[in-house]
Amino acid sequence: MSEQPLFKVTIDNITVEVPAGTTILNAARKIGGDVAPPAMCYYSKLEGSGGKCRTCLVEVSKGSEKDPRPMPKLVASCRTTVMDGMEVKNITSDRVIDARNGVVEFLLINHPLDCPVCDQAGECHLQDLSYDHGKAGTRFEFQRRTFKKHDLGDKIQLHMTRCILCYRCVFTADQLTGKREHGVLDRGDHAEIATFIEKNLDNEFIGNVIDVCPVGALTDKTFRFKNRVWFLKPVDAHRDCPTCSGKVTLWNRGDEVYRVTARKDQWGEVEDWICNTCRFDKKQTSDWVIEGPRLIDRHSVIAQGHYAGTVGTNKPKETFKAVHAGRQPKLLMDIHSVSEVNQPNITLSQLDRPAHSTDFKQNKD
Amino acid sequence: MGVKLLLDKAHVPGIRFFETYRKEGGYKAVEKALKQMNPASIVEEVKKSGVRGRGGAGFPAGMKWSFIAKPEGVPRHLVCNADESEPGTFKDRYLMEFLPHLLIEGLIISSFALGSNDTYIYIRGEYAWIVDILEQAIDEAHANGFLGKNILGTGFDCNIYVQRGAGAYICGEETALIESLEGKRGNPRIKPPFPAIEGLWKRPTVVNNVETLAAVVPIINMGGDEYAKIGVGRSTGTKLISACGNINKPGVYEIDMTISVEEFLYSDEYCGGIANGKRLKACIPGGSSVPILPANLLLKTAKGETRLMNYESLSDGGFASGSMMGSGGFIVLDEDQCIVKNTYTLARFYRHESCGQCSPCREGTGWMEKILKNIDTGKGKMSDIDLLWDIQRKIEGNTICPLGDAAAWPVAAAIRHFRDEFEWHVNHPEEAQKRNYGLAHYADPIHVPA
Amino acid sequence: MSKFNDEQLKEFSRLVARYPEGKQKSALLPVLHLAQDSFGGWLSADTMDYVAELLQINPIEVYEVATFYSMYNLKPIGKHLFEVCQTGPCMINGSDDIIEYIGTTLGIKPGETTADGMFTLKTVECLGACGYAPMMQMGKHYREHLTKEKIDAIIEECRKNAAANN
Repeated sequence: MSEQPLFKVTIDNITVEVPAGTTILNAARKIGGDVAPPAMCYYSKLEGSGGKCRTCLVEVSKGSEKDPRPMPKLVASCRTTVMDGMEVKNITSDRVIDARNGVVEFLLINHPLDCPVCDQAGECHLQDLSYDHGKAGTRFEFQRRTFKKHDLGDKIQLHMTRCILCYRCVFTADQLTGKREHGVLDRGDHAEIATFIEKNLDNEFIGNVIDVCPVGALTDKTFRFKNRVWFLKPVDAHRDCPTCSGKVTLWNRGDEVYRVTARKDQWGEVEDWICNTCRFDKKQTSDWVIEGPRLIDRHSVIAQGHYAGTVGTNKPKETFKAVHAGRQPKLLMDIHSVSEVNQPNITLSQLDRPAHSTDFKQNKD
Repeated sequence: MGVKLLLDKAHVPGIRFFETYRKEGGYKAVEKALKQMNPASIVEEVKKSGVRGRGGAGFPAGMKWSFIAKPEGVPRHLVCNADESEPGTFKDRYLMEFLPHLLIEGLIISSFALGSNDTYIYIRGEYAWIVDILEQAIDEAHANGFLGKNILGTGFDCNIYVQRGAGAYICGEETALIESLEGKRGNPRIKPPFPAIEGLWKRPTVVNNVETLAAVVPIINMGGDEYAKIGVGRSTGTKLISACGNINKPGVYEIDMTISVEEFLYSDEYCGGIANGKRLKACIPGGSSVPILPANLLLKTAKGETRLMNYESLSDGGFASGSMMGSGGFIVLDEDQCIVKNTYTLARFYRHESCGQCSPCREGTGWMEKILKNIDTGKGKMSDIDLLWDIQRKIEGNTICPLGDAAAWPVAAAIRHFRDEFEWHVNHPEEAQKRNYGLAHYADPIHVPA
Repeated sequence: MSKFNDEQLKEFSRLVARYPEGKQKSALLPVLHLAQDSFGGWLSADTMDYVAELLQINPIEVYEVATFYSMYNLKPIGKHLFEVCQTGPCMINGSDDIIEYIGTTLGIKPGETTADGMFTLKTVECLGACGYAPMMQMGKHYREHLTKEKIDAIIEECRKNAAANN
């Protein structure tokens, strides 16, 4: 048994036990669903990542059992560890939602919003975030920031205008490749990812920067403008690779392999890093042993349609309460207080099945 | 004349050099600390003195010292923050330029108290000539046995090195400073861990401001209790104030924190009143990031009490009607100054100095600058004022380091107290290009010195 | 490509010796200052690669730092660099007029260098000399309480020195 003590932490009224040293974000991911804060820069597999984008800010309404004082400022849940008895508010805090809306607005004011021509569209975390927290219009009435173009070689396409400076690619280059050639240059609002003088990124694992990029700043040049991700069918496949695990997801249309990526978990994080050969050079179905359809449940656009019931959507479990570990559904309006439409012996919100006509009073008029 | 503990010898000819400094009683505190005291008792004296961090945050220095971790076999470091960059602040420069040995003396005692054998002074790159002054002082201290191996036969070894920055306001933030000292970009670290646990090269580190460390000398000489008797309340000891803007006598002044703002501003001992016979419009009392106050709220608090030059009184009324002591950069604006233009230059400053790590600061500071420039140049809209308010609100408190707050507060305070001036700019774009708004009602009652 | 001479190498060793073993990267900022002063007032890509080699770090680590700090010049500059402060307290004391006056006198805009390569004008943010405003930095030193007359005298002095050195 592990000797690490377990800490009780309550996030949005749901209590979970996690080992000491766990961050609020990872505790929330354990609960899952809406309770997990969005993370644009944190990446559990990259040491030192996180803390920068500020989308995962949460409110700590009770510090711990020992010191129950609330924390005065919102904290980055990805870099704040839980204390025993801590109480956290994420989607149940107006302050958090307000701040998060602000962060999303900040991330978007200089973003080109060129989704129609962006290869990341459909699997872009900034897109997801904007659907949840963005506004239809912008209050930013200035020219958006642009950068001089930098060529990162024939495999990786850099669109600096789309970058949100999450630093994930820098950590990836640092921790996966022996020698880091690219990094963040300049500072403030013109900081940029670049190689300064054009240097090809030729390390065997450098292609992983594409998978960690939350936006369309680093995309696969060999897949550029070839297809839309939501028209492709993701299938898990593997090959006997001397360099990496060889476990990948192929993005196919018919028999044609359009691109190869690492397999990503429900938080959009890579499960196993893959090498450049698997990613860029093995584009024949015959190169791979196909395992079966890949479940993509994070990005609604990709998940649509293809494998209804098996891939892309979870089969609904019994009740909302069961799915959300005891949390009550968010009610738009509690009709009981204003209406008497249901049968007196039936409380609609406690039904463990869809409501039927028999649950309601019959209209006699 | 108020009490002077730091600058009392500043005008002695040759005080910059060891011989004179020693003759004037210098390095006695080192002898006392190293020979008669131990690290714990020094920390205790500093705690008793109640001296608060003079860099801007005002955190009690003794308390900060007591947080330092002491893991077995891991070296600890003291780092002196001489990256003075807050607009309006130039007190540390004065201290280092004229009294380098006072800082070195304070550093030796503090290094002994914290167990730092290699101590670094991180100085802003632009103060290039001061590096020479400090290095000369360090050499002199070495030559006279106050630095190096086995200082005064006590077995304590200490070296002090001067590291030059290269132009980045953000390196005044202690974790950015540590990053810079490690030869990296000045990106503030995400806390925790705090430097006291994991600082320079992952070793326990204390970062203190120049003035705080210099104050250790009088604290040791007179004892913490005596030091604490100077001043009022939790504002103990003396504070250096760098006064600038539209005043007759800009410069660095040492005050005990019992004098009133009015005395500081108008008496001949200090600022000597507003320059050119003009009237006071506003003042930023603690460096550019603290809230600007209109004349009527500067001299008296909202409750009508006389405002004093100390931590508590300057922040009386919170941000609604008060400001902060900050770094002691006292910027005075006369009746002809334009608040919009002033706020714009400060917003430009913070945009220029944002490290770009976290989104609210990186994007928000640039956005505020653009809007303020529009308003200043007559292209603003009325809705821009509310937009500015909303942007600063969404930056404040949501960033990695306090630069976000520092960028947000000046904008918030300018709109809070001078909204009519912003509106006038929007409504009279052409006139606003030709003249300034003037005093208006917020300087009422207007103070005219006798 | 230029390399440090013996004297500069000695200074380099002095800088590196301040830090614990294996932490030589800490010397990066001072070494870049040394390189900039030694090689014509700016840092070329070659110079930065050379510094990386000396400190045994990746070139990108040098580029990241050199582009972050405002005091490193990444383009050649004129013989005399005028860095005029334009932040709040200097602005209050008329720095805008000073910048404009230097500009018209030399026929350049901020960020530009005169055709003869003598002067570069740059606007900078607060240099910590607010009580002595308006002011500018020239090389290692500050020039404070600037007036139009003082500017004229400084430009004159620079030209004289250049003529004397030729």
